[in-house]
Amino acid sequence: MINDFNYLRPGTLKEAFAMYAEHDDCKVICGGQSLLIVMRQGMIAPEYLLDIKHIKELNYIEFDKKEGLRIGATTTHRTIEKSDVIKKNYPVLVSMENKLASIQVRNWGTIGGNIAHADPAGDPAPVLIALKASVKFGGAAGEKTMLLEDFSVDYFETALSKGELVLEIQVPAPEPKTGAAYQKFNLLESDMGIVAAAASVTLNGNSKCKDARIVLGNAGSTPKRIKRAEELLVGKTLNESLFAEAGKIASEDCEPVADIHASEEHRRHILGVLTKRMLQKAFEEARA
Amino acid sequence: MEKQLLRLTVNGQEYELYINPKTLLVEAIRDHIGLIGTKRGCDTVSCGACTVMIDGMSVKSCSVLAMQAEGSRITTIEGLEENGKLAPIQKAFIDHGSYQCGFCAPGMIMSAQALLNENPAPTEWEIREGIEGNICRCTGYNSIVRAIDATAKGKYAEVKS
Repeated sequence: MINDFNYLRPGTLKEAFAMYAEHDDCKVICGGQSLLIVMRQGMIAPEYLLDIKHIKELNYIEFDKKEGLRIGATTTHRTIEKSDVIKKNYPVLVSMENKLASIQVRNWGTIGGNIAHADPAGDPAPVLIALKASVKFGGAAGEKTMLLEDFSVDYFETALSKGELVLEIQVPAPEPKTGAAYQKFNLLESDMGIVAAAASVTLNGNSKCKDARIVLGNAGSTPKRIKRAEELLVGKTLNESLFAEAGKIASEDCEPVADIHASEEHRRHILGVLTKRMLQKAFEEARA
Repeated sequence: MEKQLLRLTVNGQEYELYINPKTLLVEAIRDHIGLIGTKRGCDTVSCGACTVMIDGMSVKSCSVLAMQAEGSRITTIEGLEENGKLAPIQKAFIDHGSYQCGFCAPGMIMSAQALLNENPAPTEWEIREGIEGNICRCTGYNSIVRAIDATAKGKYAEVKS
């Protein structure tokens, strides 16, 4: 049963900031595809619900070859996966969004809501962190931007302070000779990931690694970068045995918990395998 | 909780409801408006039995607040037929025996229709992806896929009975 709440529907971002600052026990709803579930379970029972779904100022996708990509917070998953500029410049985002959830959920759920919900099993964050994305957020008191990898601080907790909303996701322009890949492990293709791995590889020449990122999903309380494995790869001539070594490090450095879906040991194993495969895939894409 | 006025447009008809803001879209459609074709299944965004269209997009009405649908056009299974005649997709489901218990059918048909609106000539794989958000525990899906395929191929274009 969802507890009673007062419903607030601001027409503009300015109104939203004012309403959010004014009400203490207030949660923001956008698509609500995650929020309504936890409200129904009685895990949260806010007195006010601030609906930003219809704020047009936050619904956009903009791309510039130098500046990169900017996605407004209320942009739906479906809009992202159908966007031609994203298909062309960030194909890994499209394949991630395609399997994020069922079509109905992708039609209504939003990228800003997903990031603000900060479920460690969420799909966009590991991929976006591998692409070095930032998040812009703010409220009546002003706006700020931080790296997305610093935004999640614990299970379902973020760097947002009272009265602040997620406003925009920013992804740098794609570097030349860069590939990226993401895969989650689950039983139903469009279900939540039991674990997941994202990787990006930037090459210097044909196979020398200029930069690499490995980010794991549902492998701890927040999306988890495996920096020890990244450092192993940078500067080296990449090959399969290096990817296997990076996978081994990932399975050591991750911090998954056991639950009904998989034991900790099984999760560590799968994370190692996925890391190796995603690095290989990103490497091949970077060379292509 | 103070009730709020909500104006909803469902199947082209406007309704004025006084509802508690926590009312879900599926509750507004079934319990307040009385269109009970839309089913309430899992209530956790999993099964798809509650699928309706908002401005032509399929959504799960168990996980949308009715208040959020104000100003949008909602289509339910009751809105597919025209002049008392079944839509091609509905006729195809009957012909292909695409349901047994029938509980998933309204949601399944709404997903199928949303798919066909977007992609009039889907491959079999695209059909299966198009209904991935809808669970059927009777048919094994094959008869559903055949019905959608037959509709896409125009086999029911003239037959609206």
